[in-house]
Amino acid sequence: MPPSANAAPAIEFDRVFFALDGRPLLENLNFSVRQDETLVLLGRSGSGKTTTLKLINRLLVPTEGEVRVSRRSTEEWDPIRLRRSIGYVIQDGGLFPHFSVERNIALVPRIEGWDEGRIRARVRELLDLVGLEPSLASRYPNELSGGQRQRVGVARALAADPPILILDEALSALDPLTRAETQKEFRALQKRMRKAVVFVTHDLREALFMADIVALMETGRIVVNLPVAEFSRSQHQLVRAYMEAFSGLTEAR
Amino acid sequence: MDFLHFISANRQQVLELTLEHITLAGVSTLIAALIGIPLGIVITRVPSLSKPIIGSANIIQTIPSLALFGFLLPAPWIGERATRLAILALALYGLLPLIRNTYAGIRGVDAGVVEAARAMGLTDRQLLFQVELPLASGVIVAGLRIAVVLSIGLATIAAAIGAGGLGEFIFRGLAMVNNQLILAGAIPAALLALAADFLLGLCERSLNARSRS
Repeated sequence: MPPSANAAPAIEFDRVFFALDGRPLLENLNFSVRQDETLVLLGRSGSGKTTTLKLINRLLVPTEGEVRVSRRSTEEWDPIRLRRSIGYVIQDGGLFPHFSVERNIALVPRIEGWDEGRIRARVRELLDLVGLEPSLASRYPNELSGGQRQRVGVARALAADPPILILDEALSALDPLTRAETQKEFRALQKRMRKAVVFVTHDLREALFMADIVALMETGRIVVNLPVAEFSRSQHQLVRAYMEAFSGLTEAR
Repeated sequence: MDFLHFISANRQQVLELTLEHITLAGVSTLIAALIGIPLGIVITRVPSLSKPIIGSANIIQTIPSLALFGFLLPAPWIGERATRLAILALALYGLLPLIRNTYAGIRGVDAGVVEAARAMGLTDRQLLFQVELPLASGVIVAGLRIAVVLSIGLATIAAAIGAGGLGEFIFRGLAMVNNQLILAGAIPAALLALAADFLLGLCERSLNARSRS
């Protein structure tokens, strides 16, 4: 990676506030994610993680401040173009139940008007990338296991090769074994893909494993934002509370 | 087996009136669908319209059918016009189930799926035609099914304003106190309703199987 590419932030939050019906949900968010970096937003439910994600792909717009994607304010972007340049994965994949695996994965390439030959090749390539048999292409989501659906969700998000990937509790619905396996694979995949990734989770262990940077959220604020190695050594009260809750759980057995 | 004799002796007329009946019910439901489904879609986009529109369709539904035919018939009109009036009245009755089911069907699509669709950059039109309508199709067909069965039943009353259909036999039978005539209208009408219900039920089931997640 040349330093210039490293320096370019793919996503920037600049003094971002967000309120819904006068109720403040996010307060003064400031962070940035570089092109080859994975930022994990860690926090309990209701802390504002998902709302933060929705500001990136302009499902929401900030009440104050600015969110910049590829150095342009999301409010200057055409929302359709912006969203097609950001892959999005939600819990259980968010797959279209009436589309086959192939049609789910090919969704964005198809609405972007790729020719069918190129789409077919891309779907094969992606199935291979996320470790699924090509024969699954004609199945429907309800015929897949949770882990398979999640992989299809990731393949769909990557289909048009977006520079940015955002994942909202993407692995939280999986059983522990499949989850650990998928975490490892995703981490390996990310090392090769070099995308800007924002990964939302409430699970400390997952955060520590997946992240380059961990941002800990609490009641709409980012209270700690540190590279992963420093994060686990942080003396911040809330970080300690997370760490203790995690190790306490292991010791209690 | 006087009834069967009557049917076979008059099969030409039974067939004619059955076809008329199918036309009345079919055309009116088609019109109801062409108006009701788009209205149902509109009120998912403009929620403030949902109460007035569903409310109006509800009120139409409460008007007794004979009265509605009467309201639409201020003068003793004849022939084609009576048919058109009957179709209009029947279409009005079919609106409610179609508006309501289209609305409920679209609102019932899994919020996660809709959000994923929007987050991936589908336009409003693509969201509607590729995601919401296909996933709501089972519920919409259920509304169509109610509308058709309703229309087949109510179309018997259309004969009161001279619009034809199997109601002809029923009204003639009532006037002549002839049970065979009444049955010659009522039984085919009931069979039509059952057949339509069965066929659309199959259709509904196959659509629902597809959209299950």
